[in-house]
Amino acid sequence: MSTPITLSQVYKRYGSVEVIHGIDLEIEPGEFTVFVGPSGCGKSTLLRMIAGLEPISGGKLLIDGEVMNEVPAAERGIAMVFQSYALYPHMSVYQNLAFGLETAKLPKAVIKEKVQRAAEILQIEPLLGRKPKQLSGGQRQRVAIGRAITREPRIFLFDEPLSNLDAELRVQMRVEIAKLHRDLGNTMIYVTHDQVEAMTMADKIVVLRLGHVEQIGAPLELYNRPANRFVAGFIGSPKMNFIKAAISSAGGGQIVLDVAGQTLALPRTLAKGAPGDAVEFGIRPEHLSIEDGPGKVPLAEVSIDLVENLGGQTLLYTRVPDGQPLTIVLDGQHDLGPGSRITARFDPARCHVFDREGAVI
Amino acid sequence: MDGNRGTEVVGLDDKRKPWVSLLLHALLIGASILMLYPLLWMLSASFRPSQEIFNTTTLIPSTVSLEAYPRGWFGLRVDFGTFFWNSLVISVLSVAGNVMACSLAAFAFARLQFRGRNFWFAIMLGTLMLPYHVTLIPQYVLFLNLGWVNSILPLVVPKFLAADAFFIFLMVQFFRGIPKELDEAAMMDGCSPWRIYWRIMLPLSMPVLATAAIFTFLWTWDDFFGPLIYLNDMRTYTVQLGLRSFVDSQGGQSDWAGLFAMSILSLVPVFFFFLFFQRLLIEGIATTGMKR
Repeated sequence: MSTPITLSQVYKRYGSVEVIHGIDLEIEPGEFTVFVGPSGCGKSTLLRMIAGLEPISGGKLLIDGEVMNEVPAAERGIAMVFQSYALYPHMSVYQNLAFGLETAKLPKAVIKEKVQRAAEILQIEPLLGRKPKQLSGGQRQRVAIGRAITREPRIFLFDEPLSNLDAELRVQMRVEIAKLHRDLGNTMIYVTHDQVEAMTMADKIVVLRLGHVEQIGAPLELYNRPANRFVAGFIGSPKMNFIKAAISSAGGGQIVLDVAGQTLALPRTLAKGAPGDAVEFGIRPEHLSIEDGPGKVPLAEVSIDLVENLGGQTLLYTRVPDGQPLTIVLDGQHDLGPGSRITARFDPARCHVFDREGAVI
Repeated sequence: MDGNRGTEVVGLDDKRKPWVSLLLHALLIGASILMLYPLLWMLSASFRPSQEIFNTTTLIPSTVSLEAYPRGWFGLRVDFGTFFWNSLVISVLSVAGNVMACSLAAFAFARLQFRGRNFWFAIMLGTLMLPYHVTLIPQYVLFLNLGWVNSILPLVVPKFLAADAFFIFLMVQFFRGIPKELDEAAMMDGCSPWRIYWRIMLPLSMPVLATAAIFTFLWTWDDFFGPLIYLNDMRTYTVQLGLRSFVDSQGGQSDWAGLFAMSILSLVPVFFFFLFFQRLLIEGIATTGMKR
């Protein structure tokens, strides 16, 4: 069951304080959409407005074409998995899974069948008789998802469901949720502040900041073509390097920048701004190298402050000649130490330039 | 290592001078006797002949007699079984009323959004500061006009109207400690506020409900003033009024031994109620004081 969701100029106000500033969003049927952004960006508030747990102050929320602004949470055909799991501590796992169905006054046989099916999907059948306090974090998370499944909702909402799990379990549950989406095919909205979760799970990412949508797109679209400095810095780990620069000249399909005491010619047209304007040059750490190769041009002579050897990758924390930091990620293992000087190189096609307001040039 | 730890503990004990220890124990034992003496004296008095009761301060009776018990039980115009039954009915109804009504009011204050919620909460807290005696006369006039005097209604009905601000406040604080996500999960599961209260909040609030139940039972059972004002017919008397009736019950004479015997018996229900629920009471007080 896949259902489209439309948000049209949706606002949220607490008294005179506006926290969501007119969001427009289309979520396609069966799409896995991730709301991502730093703390306080409004992603959870937006999710709760869709769920019906927060009233909508302005605009329209449409689910399957129907306006849902005033429809109670239980009648929206939505199930939600909470960050804290929100399992009823006094009920067994079975009772937790069955509670929503009992409230809907379904026959006992039907309830049993649905609970068994959800338990099978999530492999929690041996846990049905236990109380939540007798479960591990991962098991509780499964039960919370199971509770959502039993209700057979049109839409699943996840509010940072993995943030209480350890790193290993988080990866495992991430895979399971993605698999669940593939198997059930429902529309799902997932809130996280972890951009790795967003990148790995989403069909579509909505990047939010201070109640505004910064960019909407597929994960790789956001990674390759960020609309602004905020998105560029937020998506990708380690985050993109930003180096202060100035436009030296523009024309003939190229821009010449002064970056870290070096003159760089980049193949792009200057849509706005003029020579002399201060800009920021952005390059992802994994798009830098220390070896020469086809298409690679030198960026700067850098000195290494710190080396982190991760085995499969080596992270170099360096400084360009004017002291600005530059992080480089290299594949494999490298015999480099702090204090060494190397030449950082990059592919001009993979760099980004942002104007003073942070918009991409 | 264990041996070392053991040595340290013994060393610590050894450091305390024996006479300090002795003095502390003597003080504690003295204070305990002081506290227990009236109770033990009453117990002893219930086994003595009437003429011996006020002639000695010793706790050991010269002769042990159980006759004050049946005499006390049947010594008044109405037997004590009736008083116990009346006390039990009033106490149990008060417990049921307080637990139900106060928890409902507390749920509303803790979880529901309604106009003037903070104002009404402040008013409710304000009533905590009103002495019982200030509202006594208006209340009496009200119940008199309703024709409820000389019945248990004035003692019981207010309990069903969430009139006990102390318990409402206690429960509000407890409910606020229960994660709101549980309510929200229940809302998503299709629960109405009533079902959230009944199926989620109440089962999770057993400690505070037990605390309210125990204190309501104790205070109602021990209440003398309320029954004294509202109950006139001896057949409606509670245990406390029954005990008062022993004074001057024998033509200017009082059956003190009977009074003390029935006093001892009146403690029995309270003792067992407390003994049975004390674990929940302590847990309730501990939990309400902690952020979870």
